[in-house]
Amino acid sequence: MIDDLVVNAALCMLMTAAAIWTVVTVRLLRAAIGLALTSALLTIVMYRFGSPLAAAFELSVCAGLISVIFVSAITLTSRLSSDRLNQRESEVLRRFWFLPLLVIIAGVILYKTSIPIEIIAFEGKTAAQDDVRSIIWNTRHLDLIGQIAILLAGAIGVVLLFKERKHG
Amino acid sequence: MPTLLIILPLALLLILNLPLLRAARRVSFWLCAVLALAQVVATATHMGGLIPDLGAAFDPYIVLQLRMTGLSEVVLLAIGIVVLASLFTARAMIADHDERFKFGNLVILAMMGLNGTALLADLISLYVFIEITAVSSFILIAFDRDSDGLEGSFKYIILSAVATAALLASIALFMMVSPDTSFAAVRAALAVSQHSFYVNLAAGLLLCGLFVKGGLVPFHWWLPDAYSSAPAPASVLLAGIITKVSGIYALIVVSTSILTVGGAAGEVIMVLGIVSAIAGALLALGQRDMKRMLAYSSVSQVGYIMLGLGSGTALGVAGAVFHFFNHAIFKSLLFVNAAAVEGSLGTRDMDRMGGIASKMPVTGVTSIIGFFSAAGIPPLAGFWSKVMIIIALWQAGHQTASVVAVLVGVLTLAYFLSMQRRVFFGRLREGLGEIREARMSILVPAVSLALITVAAGLFFKPVFSKIIMPVGEMLVK
Repeated sequence: MIDDLVVNAALCMLMTAAAIWTVVTVRLLRAAIGLALTSALLTIVMYRFGSPLAAAFELSVCAGLISVIFVSAITLTSRLSSDRLNQRESEVLRRFWFLPLLVIIAGVILYKTSIPIEIIAFEGKTAAQDDVRSIIWNTRHLDLIGQIAILLAGAIGVVLLFKERKHG
Repeated sequence: MPTLLIILPLALLLILNLPLLRAARRVSFWLCAVLALAQVVATATHMGGLIPDLGAAFDPYIVLQLRMTGLSEVVLLAIGIVVLASLFTARAMIADHDERFKFGNLVILAMMGLNGTALLADLISLYVFIEITAVSSFILIAFDRDSDGLEGSFKYIILSAVATAALLASIALFMMVSPDTSFAAVRAALAVSQHSFYVNLAAGLLLCGLFVKGGLVPFHWWLPDAYSSAPAPASVLLAGIITKVSGIYALIVVSTSILTVGGAAGEVIMVLGIVSAIAGALLALGQRDMKRMLAYSSVSQVGYIMLGLGSGTALGVAGAVFHFFNHAIFKSLLFVNAAAVEGSLGTRDMDRMGGIASKMPVTGVTSIIGFFSAAGIPPLAGFWSKVMIIIALWQAGHQTASVVAVLVGVLTLAYFLSMQRRVFFGRLREGLGEIREARMSILVPAVSLALITVAAGLFFKPVFSKIIMPVGEMLVK
């Protein structure tokens, strides 16, 4: 039987590796796949940590919907020549070779130092223990209005920034 | 009224974008301006106790967790004024009706985010409304779709993402010890767990996130690019109010409602205030680009606000709040004037200007009022807020910080005099004989902002005793 801690640590390391790959890869399609993979791994972590609803949101919105939008947008772009791609890849490798090393060192330091958890918790139910459905529909109306506004801002941004200008 | 300040901008945005109401787009500028003006009038009259809160009739029907305090009123007034200035500048600078309509949409969304930030007493909602403003700002900076704007916007996105990560991590940690995320609950939870490593980490992350949003040194490097590369009306909004509310107002609220002013957080705020005031002023001295110089000046002025806040006394916090308001007004004025100069000359390079006050007298005079207020020259509003901060620092035993504040005032005078000499004074530079005064749409906000700066200075006594000092006492209590 594999220890839960080992599985969680492995998942977190895989997630970090996928995130680094997403940032350093020079090909847009690979970056989109890397992001989807990061989200999928985060979904598993969320589920294992007892947040199935948050995991479902993460999987459907981040790993699903956003990936589809990214891939659709990437199909509208033109490819760099293979020489240019190879050149960019070697440039990125030269500049960011230390990133995985940094993550490993940070992990080892965190494991070795084992920072003591000394929170004196609130004597009752904390905010982190509330039910997600109750939070969304009963107590956070204002935030839902805020989310609508953010979506509208995004929509205006797409219309404005991706539309051809009439003049020049 | 608080409910209406959130709902009305959103409702106006939806109405303007209804497919059947395309005719409304033609009058969208005036509708947006009326909304901002209504906010100014409603807040000013409410502050003065002239009329009862008419909007309160709506509050029981739409239950939102909002609170109206003296501080919120000051901030809401500044938001309304700066939004109006930005809209009028856009009317002069953006020729295309469709583009101006989209700009108005973004300004209204940003206004909704700013209003929400000013009215909230909950960490998660604060984060959501700061994000509304941030997303609108990203698009406003890149509005012209030129490479400078896109680069400035990209830098702002990256730094904002770092700030967002810090804010969310902090909220997550607070949620482990608090029954909810309201300021009162988090403050109570902090009192119980104040020596916990994770709680202190959460407080540190919260402050760091807001330092980035406010553009304090050493988190300031996105700010000059964002301010200078944004189109002129967006610069007015960004420099005048967006970074002030998203970063500095949020810092004032968090450090007085959640953390303890004058404690360890106060020391950190004080140190960053000193560094920002000095570094911002020194960096402003070496600039040729007018908007970049004003941007670095903002970093320095924000340092003053932090010094007042860090002093931990009622007078210091009141001075910080008054300087917040004054800075919103005079910095918007200076950016409106920068737009006027750029519009007439087609450049922001101060070495290619000279003597234009003879051709642009209104812009020249209002610019002098703006920079005199920024430099703390009596009897303008900026003088009083700086004096309040300097006295508060001295009384609280921070004599060194007090002396630094005085010396930075001298530096401020130096770089603004340099700007004034290079741009407005002296003989008219060759090739500038044909330039004209800015259009009325720019002169109206410039003159209005200059008048507010003069009036807030001349009527300092009632402003201090009836509005500013009670706010300082409430926040420290």
